[in-house]
Amino acid sequence: MRRFALILVPYLWLLALFLVPFVIVFKISLSDLAMAIPPYTPTLDLAEGWAGLVSFFRELDFENYVWLTEDALYWKAYLSSLQIAVISTVLTLLVGYPIAYGMARAPEEWRPMLLMLVILPFWTSFLIRVYAWMGILAKEGVLNQFLLWTGVISEPLVILNTNLAVYIGIVYTYLPFMILPIYASLERMDESLLEAAEDLGCSRLSAFWLVTAPLSKQGVIAGSFLVFIPTIGEFVIPSLLGGSKTLMIGKVLWDEFFANRDWPVASAVAVILLLILIVPIILFQRNQQKQREAEG
Amino acid sequence: MALDVFAPWDDPKAKPLIQFKNVTKRFGDFTAIDDLTVDIFEQEFFALLGPSGCGKTTMMRMLAGFETPSEGSILLAGQDMAPVPPNQRAVNMMFQSYALFPHLSVWENIAFGLRRDRMPKDEIATRVEEMLRLTRLEKFARRKPHQISGGQRQRVALARSLAKAPKLLLLDEPLGALDKKLRQETQFELMDIQESTGTTFVIVTHDQEEAMTVASRVAVMDEGKIVQVATPDAIYEAPNSTYVADFIGDVNLITGSVETEGETLRFTWAESQPAIVGASTKTFGKAQNVHFAIRPEKIAISAQKPEDAANAVPGKVLDIAYLGNISTYHVQLAGGQVIKAQTANNRRISRRSFTWEDDVWLSWTDTAGVFLER
Amino acid sequence: MRRFSWFNATSLTLGFAFLYVPMIILIVYSFNKSKLVTVWAGFSTHWYGELLSNQSMLDAAWVTVKVAVISSSIATVLGTMAAYVIVRAGRFHGRTLFSGMIYAPLVMPEVITGLSLLLLFIGLNVDRGVMTIVLAHTTFSMCYVSVVVSSRLVSFDQSLEEAALDLGCSPLQAFRLVTLPIIAPAVISGWLLAFTLSLDDLVIASFTSGPAATTLPMKIWSSVRLGVSPEINALSTIMIALVTVGVISASLVNKRQAVRQKREEQAAERQS
Repeated sequence: MRRFALILVPYLWLLALFLVPFVIVFKISLSDLAMAIPPYTPTLDLAEGWAGLVSFFRELDFENYVWLTEDALYWKAYLSSLQIAVISTVLTLLVGYPIAYGMARAPEEWRPMLLMLVILPFWTSFLIRVYAWMGILAKEGVLNQFLLWTGVISEPLVILNTNLAVYIGIVYTYLPFMILPIYASLERMDESLLEAAEDLGCSRLSAFWLVTAPLSKQGVIAGSFLVFIPTIGEFVIPSLLGGSKTLMIGKVLWDEFFANRDWPVASAVAVILLLILIVPIILFQRNQQKQREAEG
Repeated sequence: MALDVFAPWDDPKAKPLIQFKNVTKRFGDFTAIDDLTVDIFEQEFFALLGPSGCGKTTMMRMLAGFETPSEGSILLAGQDMAPVPPNQRAVNMMFQSYALFPHLSVWENIAFGLRRDRMPKDEIATRVEEMLRLTRLEKFARRKPHQISGGQRQRVALARSLAKAPKLLLLDEPLGALDKKLRQETQFELMDIQESTGTTFVIVTHDQEEAMTVASRVAVMDEGKIVQVATPDAIYEAPNSTYVADFIGDVNLITGSVETEGETLRFTWAESQPAIVGASTKTFGKAQNVHFAIRPEKIAISAQKPEDAANAVPGKVLDIAYLGNISTYHVQLAGGQVIKAQTANNRRISRRSFTWEDDVWLSWTDTAGVFLER
Repeated sequence: MRRFSWFNATSLTLGFAFLYVPMIILIVYSFNKSKLVTVWAGFSTHWYGELLSNQSMLDAAWVTVKVAVISSSIATVLGTMAAYVIVRAGRFHGRTLFSGMIYAPLVMPEVITGLSLLLLFIGLNVDRGVMTIVLAHTTFSMCYVSVVVSSRLVSFDQSLEEAALDLGCSPLQAFRLVTLPIIAPAVISGWLLAFTLSLDDLVIASFTSGPAATTLPMKIWSSVRLGVSPEINALSTIMIALVTVGVISASLVNKRQAVRQKREEQAAERQS
């Protein structure tokens, strides 16, 4: 009985505030835009009984999804989101791996401090961390001032409001997600393995490729998913750092909802985004599962 | 004066404290306890001995109330325990991990169970002090579990489970985490405490030496069944199966066939060897596939054939293991069979009488070994 | 003793410079006298004064704190319950759905969570404001709490609870007297995480709040969309300072406790 209540409370909460809202999103994505409150049709009228239910279901259709395939904006936005996510995941890996490696090979008494330094930005506001780059990357920003002063460039670079700024923003904000799993897998590694590899005739570099890299694979995979998955639906970074040419689906959804007030299309955009995300999420879960099993 | 031996299990009038009646416990497809029946008497120190996975821990957890039998019943002082939840049983348990509450001091750990019983404060204090004295922990009362050593932690766990004066105390591998020397000392301490409190103890262990040392009776378990229940000396000297003989101590096992000739048994086991002569309380017909079990220390080793021995076979020394107090010789017989024989090293720095490749004679009396059917 | 190799020292220096220089620049420019963020015109705390007299900013901060405290507290209770269910309840009908619902919000894009909750609230005809933000924040942060608490529960020695039952506790007493005090650090970190997530959230709050309730991130958002502003720099500096002090002191307390525990354990082994 007590166990029953323990399960029921969080279960009902999640059903009501997580699952049911999704069903609603799905339902609205099958509706049509209307000049009314709420701004879509049909609305379910239970007072009409069975007939109302039938006519309600009859009016639902996949029109909005057809619309998504017809208007190039949407599929371009999906593709461009995927592209930005892939590129920035690779960039984050390139930046994050050496840091994780350096941390794992640092003297042991330094490691907790370094770890704290990686986690600290994670506790500070995401919005503020993105905002910090606006002042740096702007045309009259700190970076351009510095480069002009050193004489590397003679004309200010245009970085803010381009895709490059978006990449920088993503790498910066998601870096801890990449570093932490890689660090965990590298730190766990027994260092005598490297000594054994060198003893058996490997050079430092080949020992890295043949021993360290494969052993940190799990961490790299986990970190990549942790960056890739949230990046696809990212909204704040492309809105603040990206330009008019930066297309990301999170931003499209936001505009569709708040600017165009087209709820059915916004819902359809959300449903498709979710379908796209399911594949990497399942792959990620499977990878985590495998890792747990490998650790016993 | 006749020695008053504590042996309620031989007394048909004695009422057992605990009765397992045809108890079976299944976890899914796996049968952990298989139709098990056993009686445990008041003031006994009862040991459940067996390899891991034999069901001994499951038996103990059923006594504590953390598991319920799938079939059969467990009675405590004649009452079925099944409907009684663990927090209302007059049974306490000492956990293998000790399960000391890390956020409470030694004193509070011991008082924990008493407080649940709503005992008046001053009585709790008296009882806790008593327990601290019993386990010699007075100095450590204010410390937290992480501030004391492993041996002290073990004693806190014991004091905590004894504090409520349970009818029955369950000990799950209580000495498993201690090093060998401390373990041996603690075994005697446990026996003293058991005797002075008069509590019935049931101990689970996989360490046969520990079971033999502390227990009044030992139950040897295998795959959910009790193979033999007996006093430690009976288990050692009169095992009822090769499993028990092999599990407890060192043993030579020879397979052959047996014939009864009046008072004696003749055991044929190899073509080139004379039959082994033995006395048995059991009568065998003409039986095949009988096992002869003999402990290495019951076998004498000599250079010449002894005149008066009931059994003597020649062989060659294959290996010698010097263990300090004793030496074990591995002797190969003509048929290739290897027999272990032990001699006590009761003289200091004596020259070893035998060395590798020496021809020797092994001999033993007609009552030295036992014949087993399984 | 090990030293930093040349390669590792370089990668760590560059890496941490990348992580921290932007924030340092942000902080430095919050003390700039000029309104133009890019031109240094001398040291001044002018913008802090401006910030503290900005009533709408202070109101937003108050709403944010209120939402964060309430939602993280509810989320901690629900998340701890959920963690218990995941780790201990064994098999029950709908377990797969349950664990799915616990993990899904962790990877769900905020825009989708926000949109779906908004549509729910509209469907139910609920007035949007502080209450709806609290409900939304509780829902996603309880999942984070449950992950933190369940990772602690997995390593929790279950025989401690059994010992409590064995000594006469009811299951509820065993939880209150034994389990909860031991897992308390994880529950507290769960609360802190939920609190921070709630303080931070822009997207979900924007979807689920109504005209009456504006949170600090929403306020910052509407201001920075128009460009860099020194007032926001000042606000950011205050927030960074608070977090830094919090995280550093928490880790110092933790470290001191760990060191003391280790020393006491060694002392206990020595004297035995």
